[in-house]
Amino acid sequence: MTETFRLSEGGLIDRSRPITFTFNGKTLRGYPGDTLASALIANGIHFVGRSFKYHRPRGIMSAGAEECNALFQIGDDPKTDPNSKATQVELVDGLKAASQNAWPSLDFDIGEINNVASRLIPSGFYYKTFMWPAAMWMKYEHVIRKASGLGKSPTQPDPDNYDKSYVHCDVLVVGGGAAGLSAALAAGRAGARVVLAEAEFAFGGALLSTKGETINAKPALDWVEEAVAELEDLPNVRVMKRTVCYGYFDHNFLAMREDLTDHLAAKPAHLPRHRLWKVRAKQVVIATGAIERPLVFADNDRPGIMTANAARTYVNRFAVLPGKRAVVFTNNDGAYATALDLKAAGVEVAAVVDLREVLEGPLTEKAREAGVKIHTGKGVVGTAGKKRITSVKIGEIDFDEKGIIGPVEEIACDLLLSSGGWNPTVHLFCQAKGQLVWDEDHACFVPGEPMQKAQRSAGAANGTFGIEGGLKEGYEAGKAAASDCGFKSKSRKKVSFQTSDEDFLPARWMWLVPSDKPIGRGGKHFVDMQNDSTAADLHLALREGYSSIEHVKRFTTTGMATDQGKTANVNAIGIIADVYGKPLPEVGVTTFRPPYFPVTFGIFAGRDIGDLLDPARKTPIHSWHERNGAEFECVGQWLRPWYYPKDGEDIHAAVNREVKACRNSLGILDATTLGKIDIQGQDAAEFLNRVYTNAWKKLAPGKCRYGLMLGEDGMVMDDGVTSRLGENQFVMTTTSGNAAPVMAHLEEFLQTEWPDLKVFLTSVTEQFATMTISGPNARNLLAEVTDMDLSSEALPHMGAAVGEVAGVKARIFRISFTGEQSFEINVPASYGLFLWQTLMRLGEKYNITPYGTEAMHVLRAEKGFIIVGQETDGSVTPIDLGMNWIVSKTKDFVGKRSLTRPDILKEDRKQLVGILTDDPNVVLPEGAHLVVRNSSERPLPMEGHVTSSYHSPNCGRSIAMALIKGGSKRAGERLLAPLSDGRVISCTIAESPVFYDPEGVRLNG
Amino acid sequence: MLLIECPYCGPRTESEFSYGAEAHIARPKNPEEISDKEWADYVFLRDNTKGIVLERWVHTAGCRRWFNLARNTVTYEILQVYEMGAKPPKIELKSFV
Repeated sequence: MTETFRLSEGGLIDRSRPITFTFNGKTLRGYPGDTLASALIANGIHFVGRSFKYHRPRGIMSAGAEECNALFQIGDDPKTDPNSKATQVELVDGLKAASQNAWPSLDFDIGEINNVASRLIPSGFYYKTFMWPAAMWMKYEHVIRKASGLGKSPTQPDPDNYDKSYVHCDVLVVGGGAAGLSAALAAGRAGARVVLAEAEFAFGGALLSTKGETINAKPALDWVEEAVAELEDLPNVRVMKRTVCYGYFDHNFLAMREDLTDHLAAKPAHLPRHRLWKVRAKQVVIATGAIERPLVFADNDRPGIMTANAARTYVNRFAVLPGKRAVVFTNNDGAYATALDLKAAGVEVAAVVDLREVLEGPLTEKAREAGVKIHTGKGVVGTAGKKRITSVKIGEIDFDEKGIIGPVEEIACDLLLSSGGWNPTVHLFCQAKGQLVWDEDHACFVPGEPMQKAQRSAGAANGTFGIEGGLKEGYEAGKAAASDCGFKSKSRKKVSFQTSDEDFLPARWMWLVPSDKPIGRGGKHFVDMQNDSTAADLHLALREGYSSIEHVKRFTTTGMATDQGKTANVNAIGIIADVYGKPLPEVGVTTFRPPYFPVTFGIFAGRDIGDLLDPARKTPIHSWHERNGAEFECVGQWLRPWYYPKDGEDIHAAVNREVKACRNSLGILDATTLGKIDIQGQDAAEFLNRVYTNAWKKLAPGKCRYGLMLGEDGMVMDDGVTSRLGENQFVMTTTSGNAAPVMAHLEEFLQTEWPDLKVFLTSVTEQFATMTISGPNARNLLAEVTDMDLSSEALPHMGAAVGEVAGVKARIFRISFTGEQSFEINVPASYGLFLWQTLMRLGEKYNITPYGTEAMHVLRAEKGFIIVGQETDGSVTPIDLGMNWIVSKTKDFVGKRSLTRPDILKEDRKQLVGILTDDPNVVLPEGAHLVVRNSSERPLPMEGHVTSSYHSPNCGRSIAMALIKGGSKRAGERLLAPLSDGRVISCTIAESPVFYDPEGVRLNG
Repeated sequence: MLLIECPYCGPRTESEFSYGAEAHIARPKNPEEISDKEWADYVFLRDNTKGIVLERWVHTAGCRRWFNLARNTVTYEILQVYEMGAKPPKIELKSFV
């Protein structure tokens, strides 16, 4: 547990509280304020993982979100996170971290053979080699996937809670570094509602990595502390740490992930683990800083190789030494800050290798004065060391010939730092579809014209490098953003910033540092370490003819995976531009897509899991169904009784009993879920006349009518019974699952096509409880609870009446979906349970039997009644259903014109028929396809498919309906249903789909 | 996620609305008299403009009212919102292809 590489003082860590964590089972020590990466380095550990494809040893290469090597499996299944970047994991007491992609162990890994054989597996190898035979790909892929890949998914459901929140603000500032804090101060002081989001657990951004910098003559971090304190005191500013803004969408809608408990050893039960913030901002300031770009040289991936500023971060922020003897490889002045800080911390800086031929710049001067050994015009041309770098080879670079001049010198080291310049973090700007422009001086892409206007980029994210520039630009951006929201700065005091730091220029650019061998012939120049893609792979892609950068990306996978090419992309573009001999911006950039940083799926689910995934709609009678053992099925969001098993009945026994009871005596159905739309107004009848296929104007009050509704394409959309309660009032019923779409359809026509009609639509689905009593004793029962005249003369089939039932005001519709004498009773929802229980009690003498949706389906199928959504699927017309009788010839209605389109008139369209199996005991599966003859020919010509199929206890046999090509003229024809289990069921097209009581005598009983 | 200014409720997030495609396509007054092609144009065919479009939306999870808006399909900028039945705004209908 010794931290050999921890400095005895300094750093932003809490030394008073040492904490322990494990790495591959070994217990190690760190401090609050550490990241997993800094704590590992404090313990002398650099070699932490194996690479994706070649299984090469890899170390920590950064100190930020760009990390592509140090990916860990954190925690135990099921509370485990794969692919966690060690540089972004806050150290917490008891943290468990394990290496990924290494088997059987990190030190001895079988997959390393891929590195030896790497010449044989270039980019595209898997796709090209395993493409034949095509059918085998699924098997190959299984093996390939096992050999590659990153972390492991949890095997159990996630036990943590996640949450979502909305936040609206005037100004969202993304990034809590110098520019971001400055922007938040300016906007906050002006009075704007500000949200400041910082991804890390500390504010300060790049300032955290520095030592000795000052702002207005104060230590830079003191300024940060004061700025944060001032912002936290402002009531109009929300200051958020550990909150990564990962997506920038349309109209200034941004998504952020806040970590609430990952950094706590004891996780309070009341807190969600992460929270998704959905931000709608009037103005956005992007102050996300910049990411240092490594140089691409031979064997640039060994443990102990990292970016220059990362080493500076480890020394200054975490007080750990990333090595004892360092070589710094740079093309710019900025990296000398690292050389100087390392030297000051006691690291031996063996050499600075500088690609520049002319050494200029303030930091370069300082380093020279400090006696740092500098190799001018040279580059690192190779490295050695297996699980840690042991030495570098340096040589003089020929910039014209892209080769090496003269002898190569070897320098021993345990740390190699490289700096190839800086890339502004333009991800959010680009997600919002802003155009990048190439900054020739700094050799990087910077924000150009934004697509969404209400935004600004500031500081390094905008290509304004250096602390002073960032502070000033941030302040201006914050002020302007607030001003655009109507908040003028009240203070007349001029805000100024004086700091000590400078830009990182001058620099000399080289995208691919040559080695002593041709590219790809010894040593690997890694461009994207996470995907193991190299400069040679990019060259191969270009030789193969991929010219678009998007295609090169997909062929080589450069820029993909969890780091999304934060360090790789611009280097790759530079290398491609070199090959083509064209300016780099002409190669272009790949599309930036959210998320900027990996986020857990949990935040998207939030609390909408399990029972809360979707609302369950329950009728007022639901509790009775539950108490009486109903099995439920989902119909849309409704829970409907499916059947009511008694005394151990299975579904078939229960349904047979329910169906028979309904035909023999009395059944009762909870029909509350039917959509109910109240239609009022002087043009209500005219309106119905236009949306239904049949005529409505002459329907008398007190009468009901069945209607069929089409889309404008002529296809059946819904059906149901509508009753006229008065001259200007109708109540329409829709199928249970279709209530909202029908309402929307009616409103659309009413508001957009016929605004002149005086009609009002109101959904009353949930205002009424509906129950249907059906069977020969239905009238007898109803007569016991009402004084209304229920005779067939007063209330015939398709009659409607309003009166009192069991003392409750009710609407009674004598309509039938079973073919039996049937009354649909509607009462205010709050009386639903009361009436149901009353009817159950009084109905005992008639053996009243509650029936569910399954029995309802059988009863209606016996009668050949369709169900929209079962017999229809959006491609079925009324003619296909044999329902020409309900289609008016004399008036226009929605969809009518489509019924005379040539395709609709074709005789071989699928038409609804009844189907009877030859063996009456066999029930066809719904969805079964029917053919004329079965043979080995494939594909077999299909005649159509079964839409409904049941055992009918009243017919004593199976019955089915099907949509069959030209079916209306094929009665008596035999068809076959070859099933997936090998059975072939033979059946015959029936004369009619009405299997029971075809004359309809029972209705009128 | 667009921010749409409902003419009746004010600015609300896109998920409260439903899309109603191209605006100002009137239902033919005499469906029986027009050709199959003309009818099919009305039922099925809509422009797919890269540029400024006039389109219909309905505030489904709000006031349930239909309205029109002018939107740039390149920038997603909403240029104007106007009521159903109102005349199209005087905006230059740019198309980028």
